[in-house]
Amino acid sequence: MSRAMSARNMRRNAINNVMLSLTAVCAFVTVSTLFLILGHLVYNGGTSVDINLFTKLPLAPGEPGGGMANAVVGSAEIVFIASLIGLPVGFFAGIYLAEFSGKKFGILVRYAADLLNGVPSIVIGIVAWTLLVLPMHRFSALSGAVALSLMLIPITARGTEQFLLEVPRNMREGALALGANKWRATASVIVPAARKGIMTAMILGVARISGETAPLLFTALNNQFWSSGLNQPTASLPVMIFSRATGPYDDWHRQAWAAGLALLALVLVTNVTARLILSCSGSKGASLSG
Amino acid sequence: MSLSQISSEKVSSHHRAAQGFSHSLSATAVLHRSHPKMKAENVSFYYGTFQALRDITLEFAANRITALIGPSGCGKSTFLRNLNRINETLRDTRLEGTITLDGENIQNTNVTEVRRRIGMVFQRPNPFPKSIFQNIIYGPKINGMLKGRNAADIVEQSLRRAALWDETKDKLHDSAYALSGGQQQRLCIARALAVNPEVMLLDEPCSALDPIATAKIEDLLVGLKEQCTIVIVTHNMQQAARVADTTGFFLLGKLIEHDRTDVIFKNPSKKETEDYIAGRFG
Repeated sequence: MSRAMSARNMRRNAINNVMLSLTAVCAFVTVSTLFLILGHLVYNGGTSVDINLFTKLPLAPGEPGGGMANAVVGSAEIVFIASLIGLPVGFFAGIYLAEFSGKKFGILVRYAADLLNGVPSIVIGIVAWTLLVLPMHRFSALSGAVALSLMLIPITARGTEQFLLEVPRNMREGALALGANKWRATASVIVPAARKGIMTAMILGVARISGETAPLLFTALNNQFWSSGLNQPTASLPVMIFSRATGPYDDWHRQAWAAGLALLALVLVTNVTARLILSCSGSKGASLSG
Repeated sequence: MSLSQISSEKVSSHHRAAQGFSHSLSATAVLHRSHPKMKAENVSFYYGTFQALRDITLEFAANRITALIGPSGCGKSTFLRNLNRINETLRDTRLEGTITLDGENIQNTNVTEVRRRIGMVFQRPNPFPKSIFQNIIYGPKINGMLKGRNAADIVEQSLRRAALWDETKDKLHDSAYALSGGQQQRLCIARALAVNPEVMLLDEPCSALDPIATAKIEDLLVGLKEQCTIVIVTHNMQQAARVADTTGFFLLGKLIEHDRTDVIFKNPSKKETEDYIAGRFG
């Protein structure tokens, strides 16, 4: 082997090793971020998680103890109403995209959904504030739910579309060839065939919005007490964490860490559940084509 | 061995296959003894600007099996898919000419009614992700044919017609995916039969199946022609020879010739047909 060639080989090997190491380092950074967050939360909040957090109301500022039961219930309320609005609208929009849209309008809707998905959540909050809080002259759980549903709609729509498009074309044709019209074929064959994927997309979407803070700052605001109605300011976990963490008391910081841990655990459990549902259907989904 | 020797061997093997025909009717008798159930007149079809079918005129005699053969991409499947208007579901396509069922233009008939009367079985088995029972009952249900009839009777009758009853009677409520590929394809045939179609279109129904499953489906088709008119697209020339009364040969979007199957295989009138049968291309 000539000297020139062996030099070139050495250089090629070196580049190969450097690039491989670089990708490995980046992969490690990606994974370790999650574990850093998790570890930090457990370290700071782990000891503070107790039953009081979920059962007691906040006490007066500076007084140690108390919990954020109102925020837990408020979050559940807001996310539930957001899901009632966002999931059906997103689901049907997804069906429209996958099954019925003409070329041009379909591209427009898809683009709009992707843009909506990318709108900073604080902007979504301002929109909901303008549309609901201003005319109603009050902060409310309802306006918070609408803000979150605006985020949920594009996530659900694109997820539904994606999983519907994965259903093999010959399944659609099978139903149409039996005399089904398009809606019938969609409702009775295509959607059931894709149902696990669609459910997964929905769960992930709900998990995603349940941790959002910014859209709630201008809408549901916060509340130190039980909210007296959907048209009243309502506490939520993310906003409560924000207000506790920025407050002056050590006990508040402790509660913020604990609530952060609880929220993250909730989101993680939801995510894992969704992935499990999907992986159960994975092999089945592949065999749908034959 | 020279090329011409190979070809002549293939020709003679096809002749042997063709000699198995028991009917002694003349071509015109087979083609015209019964009234044509379906007719295609001057049919052309376009995918965008690409013309896939060129001026095809073809009649399908009632209660006969018509095979459509030809090399890949010759338009035989495209043609078949126009007979139940399923090609309409593709974007940016255009059909010219007329297709009639019992003399009525299918373009002027309600599309779901057309597809109820003209059943279709696809290349790959496509059972729905439901139970065997629910697969069969799907067509009758969406077409409002369950009134005053027992769903279980329809299921049994349809499965019997598709020679699948004995294999499935004890597991009607199991998933259709638990069946083998050949059973799934017979399930798809049973599912199509459940709405009592007058015509059955089959698009290479055996191409994904082994020889035993193929033989079962071929037997089934021959039995079915008592009840309906059958059109089958096939890559397999022996299959055409075994089951079809008449055969049409497609090439490059054109119908080269359509005649009694034994005539097509033994004594085709067009050079292209002879070349294809002899295995000189395609």
